[in-house]
Formats: sequence, structure tokens, C-alpha cells
Amino acid sequence: MNETDLTKELSRITETDDIFRQPDIAHIFIHHHKVIQSHLLPGLKVDVKEFEDHIEVNTVVEKNTKIEKPVHMCFGMIPEKGIQKMIIHIDIHENASASFLAHCAFPNAVDIEHIMDGTVKVGKNARYRYLEKHVHGDHGGVKVYPHATIHLFENAHYYSEFELIKGRAGLIDIKYEATCETASVLEMIARISGKGDDLINIKEIAYLIGEKARGFLSSRVAATGNTRAEVYNKLTASAAYARGHVDCTEIIKDNGVVSAIPVVEVNHPKAHITHEAALGSVDSKQLQTLMARGLNENRATDLIIQGLLS
Amino acid sequence: MNNLLEVKDLSLSINGKSILKNINMDIWEGYVHAIVGPNGAGKSTLASAIMGLEGYRNFKGSIYFKGKDIGQLTIDERARMGITFGWQEPARYEGLLIKDFLKSAAKDKNDDFIFEQLNRVGLDPDDYANRAVDKTLSGGERKKVELASILAMDPDLVLLDEPDSGIDVETLDKMFEVIKEQRRKKRTIVLITHSLAVLKQADHAFMFCNGEILKKDAAEKIIPYFANKCIPCKHKNIPDEEGVELE
Repeated sequence: MNETDLTKELSRITETDDIFRQPDIAHIFIHHHKVIQSHLLPGLKVDVKEFEDHIEVNTVVEKNTKIEKPVHMCFGMIPEKGIQKMIIHIDIHENASASFLAHCAFPNAVDIEHIMDGTVKVGKNARYRYLEKHVHGDHGGVKVYPHATIHLFENAHYYSEFELIKGRAGLIDIKYEATCETASVLEMIARISGKGDDLINIKEIAYLIGEKARGFLSSRVAATGNTRAEVYNKLTASAAYARGHVDCTEIIKDNGVVSAIPVVEVNHPKAHITHEAALGSVDSKQLQTLMARGLNENRATDLIIQGLLS
Repeated sequence: MNNLLEVKDLSLSINGKSILKNINMDIWEGYVHAIVGPNGAGKSTLASAIMGLEGYRNFKGSIYFKGKDIGQLTIDERARMGITFGWQEPARYEGLLIKDFLKSAAKDKNDDFIFEQLNRVGLDPDDYANRAVDKTLSGGERKKVELASILAMDPDLVLLDEPDSGIDVETLDKMFEVIKEQRRKKRTIVLITHSLAVLKQADHAFMFCNGEILKKDAAEKIIPYFANKCIPCKHKNIPDEEGVELE
């Protein structure tokens, strides 16, 4: 396929065709280790270095820049096999705000690795939202490694969501580590459903080091078939009035196996962190209510999982 | 009068404790019935056994619905025959939208039909259809959603467990309005209650105490007994010898 065809195919799979007709929507499409399409806006700078075995993308949202509509980043590979390695640095400068919508598409994956090592810096009073949506094939032959280090400066806001919206998880290995300065706000949310022999590992760590820093780590995992999932959430608070909450729900069906390791650590007398975790099969009352409306057990379970991951 | 549901010689023990003792009852088609009595009398247990809920299937005796023995059927099989159950405290579902919750009961019905059911229980579809059936709903809102999902299903027999529990006066009025509407449509409802106000909605009632039926009669005849004998009774679930007629 040439670049035009690849762009068309990726946009079709990720349902982003309409963004090309909207000049106020920035986008960048990367297939394998090459940029195949991009459109930028004032205040948004993207510097790309393409290598044979990886690609580096340095993204800057300049001071005081407000990007109104989400920046679409489409990453993917159409072939069945290969490795996509990306080094991504995102720097949201002081008082800037931007939202990024990352579409990660590996529709035909039989043996694909998607490695993403990143850093994110959100400057003083800046706002950053990052939604990562994955579309995988039905074979489970994709290994996804989203790893990032995040730093929030004073009064910065960070929100991220990771979601597998279609296909098999394959192997998903999320590692995020965040440091939050004074009055900053961090929200990390992951929603993943595993089937077959999928493996799901989520490791999220946040350090609330500044006064009044706030952190929220939320994981929702459904493990069906022979899926194994492990969620490790660590939240520490070491400054006055730092507040945090860790919330993990994992549902199993069939032979799925799930585990959760919440670690909460407070070393300041005026800090406060809470956590809750619920692991197990679908709630009996939820299930019986839907069955009392005529749904069979499988259909009822699917609907409950679908809601949980929505 | 046609019997829609028949309970014959039903006894049920849980953890070695006898909860229901030789219950016999006929539920007539097209009427509103009440199973009334104090807390712990076995009312909800009987309703749970009729619906086939987990933990309530191992009973002695028989339950017939539309002439068929349903004792061995699963919950969803009973539901597909036309029975449903409204919980005293309905389940909440993280992320599941109200419109999808109702659609799951309605089978192939479109959005307009779903919105109509929300309107019937006094919930504006514009405000509620796309909200989740989760903890952000108040107890009264959740009860209304439960009722809307039952209306969406349009079953032949509805078992409503403590329909007035945890709701405000306005929601209760709406609930009674829906019950009256269902009576006009000749639907069959069984109200499980210890409330006089709910009992007054029924045509016919079964008075329960300590796992037994003390009386069965027209609701208007049960009401004075329940109000004067049962509510003031100081020894709940130990039937008073004086004036009690076991049937």
C-alpha cells in the first residue's frame, strides 16, 4: 500500500475519516516508523525523527496555547507481523491546554509488537487529556507496551484513559509513573476486556509530592476465557492536604484469573488516601435482575461487562 | 377466575431453619394480589422461590405457572414464560445506560418505546435515557427505573418486593398510578409488603405470619385485620392464638 492508501485504511478502521475535512482538527498518522499524514495548528509543534527500528515524536504545545478540538494521533500497522516502536515526548507548556486522542490500530495482527516509551510534562496551570483507544484483530497476536513517565507541575491537570474498544487484547503491559506537584490533579483510567489466552498487566504509580495534589487511579478489567490479569496500583502522598483514591474492579468469567495489588502510602499527617478493590465473578443481584427480564446468563454477563468497560 | 400461578404445599428451609410452611395459594389472572405480613414472615422468600432466585430453589412442593410446573426452570426460563421480579433494593450497574438496561428487557423495541416507558414512571427521557443505572441515581430514581424496565418487558406476572421501600411520597404515588394502570390492563401483580398503604392497592391478599398463611381474602377484608391485629402485634412472627384462624 502507498501512504495514501495506508492513511485511508487506518482512518477507516479507526473511524476518523471526517477529521480530514475539518481544518481546525490537528492530526498525525504514523504507520510503522513513518509519518504518512499530518496537519498541525498554530502553537502545536511536532518534531519527528524516523529511524529504521523506531520513530521519535516530540510534541510541544506552546505556552498559553489552547487547542480547542482533540488532536488525533493515529498509530498502527496494517500488516500481520512487525514491530512498531515509538518514543514519544509530550510537553504541554505553562497555561496551555490540549487534548489528544490516540487511535492505535492493529486490525490484522498475528504477531505485532507496539512499544511506546514516552514522557509527558504538563506545565504550570496547563491542562492535558489523553485518550488511547485500541482496535485489535481477533487473533490476539498483538503485544502492546505503553510505558510513560509523567510529571505534573503546579496546578497542572492530567487525565488519561486507555481503552481496548475492539478485538483481542493479546498482551497489554501498561506502565505509567507520575509525579504530581502542588495542587496538580492526576486521573488515570484503564478499561480492558480480555478473551482467549490474553494477558493484561497494569502498573500505575503516582507520587503526590506537592501540597493539595490529587490523584485518582482507576482500573476496570474483564477477564474471560483463559485471560490472566494483574493490576498493580501504587499511590503515595507525602505533602499536606494531598488526596488520592485507588479504585480497581476486575470481573472474571470462564477460567479467567485476576489479581489486584493496591499499595497506598501516606507519610504526611495531613495527607489522605483511600482505596477499594472488587474482584470476582459478576454480582449475583445484577445478574439475576437481568435474567429476571429474560436474558440468559451469558447475555446478562456480557451486558454487565460491557457497562463496566464503557 | 383463571389461575395464572398456583403454589402447592410449598415448604422451604434455609440453613436448617424452616422459613415457609406448607404454602398453598392461587394467583388469579388479571388481579392485584398482596402478600402481607411483618418482616421475617417469609413473604420475600416465597416471591424469590417463585422467581427461582439463587438460594431459594430447594423447596418441597410445586409451583405451576400457566399450568406448567416451573420448579426446575432457571430464572431466565421463568422470565421468558412471563414472570418477573422487582427488587426491594434494585441492583446498580456501573456504566450501563438506562436506555440499554430497558432495551435488554424490551426485546427488539426501539428508542421511542423505551422513552415511553420512562415517561410512564415519571422520568424525563432527555434527562435519564443516557444516564447510567449506577450509584448516582437516588433510591427513588432507581426504583422508577426498575419499574420502567418491568413495563418495558410487559410480563404476565410481576412480583414487586416492598415497592414502597426507600422512596418518597411522589415516587410512591407514581408507583400506585402504574399499578392502577396495570390493573386496568388486566395484568397480574403480586405486591410483597408490610405496608398498609401498599396493601390498599390490592384486590386480594394473603396474610403471612411466621412462614404460614394466616388468612386469605379480599384485600378489603384483610386490611382491618392487618391494621388492628398485625401491625400492633408485639410478638412478630409468633401468631397470636386469640383470633387467629390458620387456613
